[in-house]
Amino acid sequence: MSLDKDQVQQIATLARLKLSEDEYAESVKKLSKIVDFVDQLSQADTSGVIPMAHPLDLAQRLRPDVVTEPDHRDHYQENAASVTDGLYLVPKVIE
Amino acid sequence: MALHTMTMAELTAGLESGAFTSVDVTRSLLDRIASHDAKLNALITVTGDAALAAAAKADGDRAASNAGVLNGLPIIHKDIFCTRGVKTSCGSKMLDNFVSPYDATVVERLSAAGAVVLGKANMDEFAMGSSNETSFYGPVHNPWDLDCSPGGSSGGSAASVAARFAPAATATDTGGSIRQPAALTNTVGIKPTYGRVSRYGMIAFASSLDQAGTITRTADDAARVLGVMAGFDERDSTSVDVPVPDYLGEIGDSIKGLRVGVVRQHFDEGLDADCAVTVKEAIAVLESLGATTVEVDLPNIDLSVPTYYVVAPAECSSNLSRFDGVRFGHRAENADDLFDLYCRSRGEGFGDEVKRRIMTGAYVLSAGYYDAYYLKAQQVRQLIADDFRKAFADVDVIAGPTTPTPAFKLGDKVDDPITMYLNDIYTIGANLAGLPAISVPCGFVSDLPIGLHLVASHFAESTLLRCAHQYQQQTDWHTACAEGFA
Repeated sequence: MSLDKDQVQQIATLARLKLSEDEYAESVKKLSKIVDFVDQLSQADTSGVIPMAHPLDLAQRLRPDVVTEPDHRDHYQENAASVTDGLYLVPKVIE
Repeated sequence: MALHTMTMAELTAGLESGAFTSVDVTRSLLDRIASHDAKLNALITVTGDAALAAAAKADGDRAASNAGVLNGLPIIHKDIFCTRGVKTSCGSKMLDNFVSPYDATVVERLSAAGAVVLGKANMDEFAMGSSNETSFYGPVHNPWDLDCSPGGSSGGSAASVAARFAPAATATDTGGSIRQPAALTNTVGIKPTYGRVSRYGMIAFASSLDQAGTITRTADDAARVLGVMAGFDERDSTSVDVPVPDYLGEIGDSIKGLRVGVVRQHFDEGLDADCAVTVKEAIAVLESLGATTVEVDLPNIDLSVPTYYVVAPAECSSNLSRFDGVRFGHRAENADDLFDLYCRSRGEGFGDEVKRRIMTGAYVLSAGYYDAYYLKAQQVRQLIADDFRKAFADVDVIAGPTTPTPAFKLGDKVDDPITMYLNDIYTIGANLAGLPAISVPCGFVSDLPIGLHLVASHFAESTLLRCAHQYQQQTDWHTACAEGFA
């Protein structure tokens, strides 16, 4: 199945990716190829097969809900582009 | 014997006897990286000062009879493992400015055992690639032919070990990213069972497939490093609490009576004819050591690559949503609003292949397509895992080629994603089923190395290491070194 530019635009929006015009053209071509390739899965008979949830058939482990880490906020925020008073800054969201 | 040519086993003997110190070894290898890496581009960051300090500490610990099992041994980490105070880029512009505030469990355990970290290895961006060409820092060159790719995504780790920059490197494998580059560079690469090694601090690509392992020149060295890396970690919710066997202690055991399965489908069309001959000769060596071979059938294995290219992108699109330009990583300048900040930070920070996989993932998970692609792929994945389970009722290991061909030229496959994806045709099954697998050097085709691929049942790493070690006792392919790097 081929994808068109509108579909690729919709996917890029879902994925929060800004693409250039060249990238759109290239993506339409290459994503269509990938979708064609994975379409061969439709030939497999999977009636009654339970989708695999975990490679080892294990359940997710739980841990007690207790504090195990000290506060590293200032250290972690050294990697952020913009912080003030311990808060991450982003462009204005509410007018 | 020059220090850079020694394995970890040989270096340990020399350090123990006092023939040389860890500072001697570390200096020698740092010099070698400085003089040879311009040809390969295998390292993104060299941590020379920290390495010399760690080596001096290791020598002091040894003098005080306090040596860990990897005391003073040099190692290189794939740049996907967070290392405290050091740039951890994952091969991406997105993380070019990221200095990790903490150590991955793998890094922490190896350092605690006395290993000396020389630097961080180049890799495909976010481990997405099979040729190392998607790295923001440029491709790695294969020491065996500088015009060729060393494979990927752990291409820098493999090239480093092949070029004798270090006896061992850490690596990760989501669809073949340890084993394929190992095969293409004449090194040993092991991907353990899913959950065997902690993924804490290992930047996530596809969380149900990712697993950390090693690249070394011998199975014996792999056993040494893996023995330290493996084991339960409460900080990784998928880490499995199963005791770690004494890999090194068991490696010398005979493989007499070992049942080796040969997959019918793996010798069909698609495999280079000379590679087929070489791999069959390697399997004959296992027979000469007392193993028996039987043909096994994996009827759904042909669907492993398309299954992977639904499951892995789906998980990657979710994992990489954390890169938002806010808390860490690349941030676009002068964003109009929050949406623009997200879209432009990600558009600028990610490379083409990563964007392609995120979009593939977003598509297969989107309303209307989820059942047809994602759910269907998870069903086929179950069929593939069941095929392996049935096969392992009759055999102990499955043997075959690691790759369809030897190393290919840089630039040859970069424009066609599907051709690139098919490189991992023999390796992806082990990831889908969570099984351990190893690639061991087994000969040369057109003067380029290739690998013998062995897969075993869950938590049977000991069997793989023993089998590879016994094979290496009978053969000397792994001692061959690329011209210019001896």
